[in-house]
Amino acid sequence: MKKLFSTYFRDKDIQQLIGKQLRLGVILSSAIVLVGGIIYLVRHGHEQPSYGSFTGVREGLDNLPGIWQGVLENKGMNIIQLGVVLLIATPIIRIAFSVIAFLLERDYLYVVLTLVVLGVIMFSMSGGLAG
Amino acid sequence: MTILFFTLILLCGAFSAGLLGSLTGLGGGVVIIPLLTLGFHVDIRYAIGTALVASIATSSGSASAYVKEGITNIRLGMFLEIATTTGAVVGALIAVYMPTNVVAIIFGLVLIFSSLMSFRKKTLYTEDSAKSKLAAQLRLNNSYPTAEGAVNYQVHHVPGGYFMMTFAGVMSGLLGIGSGALKVLAMDNIMRIPFKVSTTTSNFMIGVTAAASAVVYLQRGYISPGLCMPVVLGVLAGAFAGSRLLTRANVKWLRIVFSVVIGFLAVQMIYNGITGKL
Repeated sequence: MKKLFSTYFRDKDIQQLIGKQLRLGVILSSAIVLVGGIIYLVRHGHEQPSYGSFTGVREGLDNLPGIWQGVLENKGMNIIQLGVVLLIATPIIRIAFSVIAFLLERDYLYVVLTLVVLGVIMFSMSGGLAG
Repeated sequence: MTILFFTLILLCGAFSAGLLGSLTGLGGGVVIIPLLTLGFHVDIRYAIGTALVASIATSSGSASAYVKEGITNIRLGMFLEIATTTGAVVGALIAVYMPTNVVAIIFGLVLIFSSLMSFRKKTLYTEDSAKSKLAAQLRLNNSYPTAEGAVNYQVHHVPGGYFMMTFAGVMSGLLGIGSGALKVLAMDNIMRIPFKVSTTTSNFMIGVTAAASAVVYLQRGYISPGLCMPVVLGVLAGAFAGSRLLTRANVKWLRIVFSVVIGFLAVQMIYNGITGKL
């Protein structure tokens, strides 16, 4: 079975899959951003924008549980942010995907190198750096 | 100005940025920050967060096509992503302690550098002098498809390229841009990789590099949905339109005009940075 996989997943196939995954991520996340954007504009389109001085985004838009909570309440801003998070996740998922791809190719050096990249991103995500 | 009006103008601006960026190969992200800060008086921290998300969108969108064609060197990209992501995390950390007007000045300097880079001569390295042992061990040497069949190439000066990539990563994390010009410089001039491979591999890496610092910026509240929505949708639509037009357009003059515009924006950013307006 293992042999079957490693012969099946040649370089070209992996490249095709990575290409598809990236495209799917971009299409899906921009669709979510568009839906959230329409809801946001219908509700808040007549208000005044205020980005002149930095206050940070409002509470609940800077962490995953907060974003999800607002999505369940159908808040436009949170739905946009969900799409943005998915967009940020797209290249990260591509890295995770490459680990499996190199594993199937039995290129263990690159399994390790890819895990290092993933580790750097996880470290960056783990907070503490947020300052 | 209402939010609706603001969003629509921003959508048009981002569309033009994406269109010009993809036609000239300079990337759309470079004009997003001047557009937001100089044009709409948005705080530079929001602008950085927005530009980062926009560069992830364009990078992933166009990378998908190049990866499928087999031009992108995935191993090289993956190896150098260790350098760019570490750099990006460091850059995002430095950004907390750096005054925003200094960030604006550095941004202006990188912009000038990027626009000058687009005029450089593309030298093709064909000689296989001084084979790199490290490149062979890391299996970085590869080939890419052309109309006349596959062309093999060798990768040179791996440590030098790695170092330059770390610097590109720091700039990306600090300024919220893809810093494609710095990445191409590292791959073209130092590692001597064919132009086509270096641009597509650089583009492939931009998404991951930007994501490494975007996760930090998201938690800091720099990434605002109200700005990301029009910018991401506009830049993506513009880049898509650009890729459709690319085969028919005469990009030489367009590139000169766009570079002059970028140079002008860069001077504005530096001036506003020095006078403390940004």
